[in-house]
Amino acid sequence: MKFLLALEIVISGIILKFNYIDLLNMTALKAISFVFGPVGRSTINLLQTIGKILIFIFETLSHCLRPPFYFKEFFSSLFNIGYLSLPVVGLTALFTGGALALQIFSGGARFNAESVVPSIVAIGMVRELGPVLGGLMVAGRVASSIAAEIGTMKVTEQIDALTTLSTHPIKYLTVPRVLATTISLPILVAIGDVIGILGGYLVAINRLDFNGSVYLTNTINFLEIGDITSGLIKASVFGFIVAIMGCYHGQNSNGGAQGVGKATINAVVSSSVLILTANYLLTELFF
Amino acid sequence: MISIKEIKKTFNQVQVLKGVNLDIAKGESMVIIGGSGTGKSVLLKIILGLIKADSGKVSLEGQTLSDISHEKFLDRFGMLFQGGALFDSLNVWQNISFRLLRGKDRINSKDAREIAEQKLQRVGLKPEIAELFPSELSGGMQKRVGLARAIASNPEIIFFDEPTTGLDPIMATVINELIREIVVEMGATAITITHDMKSVRAIGDKVALIHDGIIQWNGKLTELEKSSNPYLIQFLNGKSKGPIETTR
Repeated sequence: MKFLLALEIVISGIILKFNYIDLLNMTALKAISFVFGPVGRSTINLLQTIGKILIFIFETLSHCLRPPFYFKEFFSSLFNIGYLSLPVVGLTALFTGGALALQIFSGGARFNAESVVPSIVAIGMVRELGPVLGGLMVAGRVASSIAAEIGTMKVTEQIDALTTLSTHPIKYLTVPRVLATTISLPILVAIGDVIGILGGYLVAINRLDFNGSVYLTNTINFLEIGDITSGLIKASVFGFIVAIMGCYHGQNSNGGAQGVGKATINAVVSSSVLILTANYLLTELFF
Repeated sequence: MISIKEIKKTFNQVQVLKGVNLDIAKGESMVIIGGSGTGKSVLLKIILGLIKADSGKVSLEGQTLSDISHEKFLDRFGMLFQGGALFDSLNVWQNISFRLLRGKDRINSKDAREIAEQKLQRVGLKPEIAELFPSELSGGMQKRVGLARAIASNPEIIFFDEPTTGLDPIMATVINELIREIVVEMGATAITITHDMKSVRAIGDKVALIHDGIIQWNGKLTELEKSSNPYLIQFLNGKSKGPIETTR
């Protein structure tokens, strides 16, 4: 055994030595290619993916304007995506509003500005937290479900079957989902904003001894129409991102169950990152 | 009627089809046989325009896919997929009448359901299953519903991709007989992809053997056993030694 171990060490040493010599003998060009090759390949892959997504978006938008329109699929998506996401968005908003009231009170108390709680809760919910958290929650629930559903259809040849039945998959599967999510997310966020402000109100009057009517008056007087519209425009863009990412990754999945799982992860991760990126860009725009 | 000329296709630097040539006459039942991974299904998808060939052309009565819209082209086809490919979110009758409810000659829901039930009976299923969902059906029933969907709009050309895969021998015979009867009854042109020799003998008028990316043999069913083509002999006898290389 000891002899075999010693032999193994000697052989590994020889292999390592040869690798080292090989590396030294590489031409400068080969060395550069060795180091920067993977970076270049990743960049090309990234640019290819961006290009494919842009083509997918263009195709989807062009199908939105051309008949036939699948109203049944649209209303079914509106129910599944919009109505069924209400509990998760509502609960998120309720607890976020409550936590926000406590944090602002704690921070405001340091320079005797406890009275800003209603206005900051309202503006924080309506302009920022409502759309972003609503978008992220819907991304988790809807992008994953769309990617899994369409991905499964892809690997079980249902998408090919759609095509052979003279139905364009983007028109039948993507357009209704994109329209439903783009329309329903602002509505969900608007409801979430109200619930979030209610969460802050409940915490403020029960835990922080605020006067209920004063709290509500401060909230209503402080909010401007621009605060509400900017939040709703953000929500609509986030809805579009969620559905596009879900449909794109679903339609490009391959390799059976593992491929569908990968598509689902990619849909959630890419839509979450894009929501946060778009949020910053839109905030700059509305600032 | 269907003319396939010099079709070539490469995936990830592997050339799957190296120049396939095949002519299928109107009303003929052509069976394409070959081992797993020889590009049979790829060829079928290229004919349907689901995959784009690198070169070569497919024409239907002289018209290529570039001459007419893809949807118009596909209106003339029906297809039975290997796994059925029924839509999970739709019940049986909605699956069968999918094209009737959404195609260019769409009809109302009541008439579509009536046609769906007639087609169900044609494939030997009871109309009572019309309300069931695909997940509630057995593999054999799913294949039959898939067949009913493929023939629902009375297409001129029907494709069958591995119609008996995953079925027990009795159900496989039932499906083969149904396919033959329906194709003859409709006067349709049929293209079947299979490696099941029972299906070949039950369905085909003509047979083409594909191997190594080209058609190695093409002839009438009656000529099948008489052929001296070494690829065909090996395939028919299921031998591991011969020109078709196998890896263990």
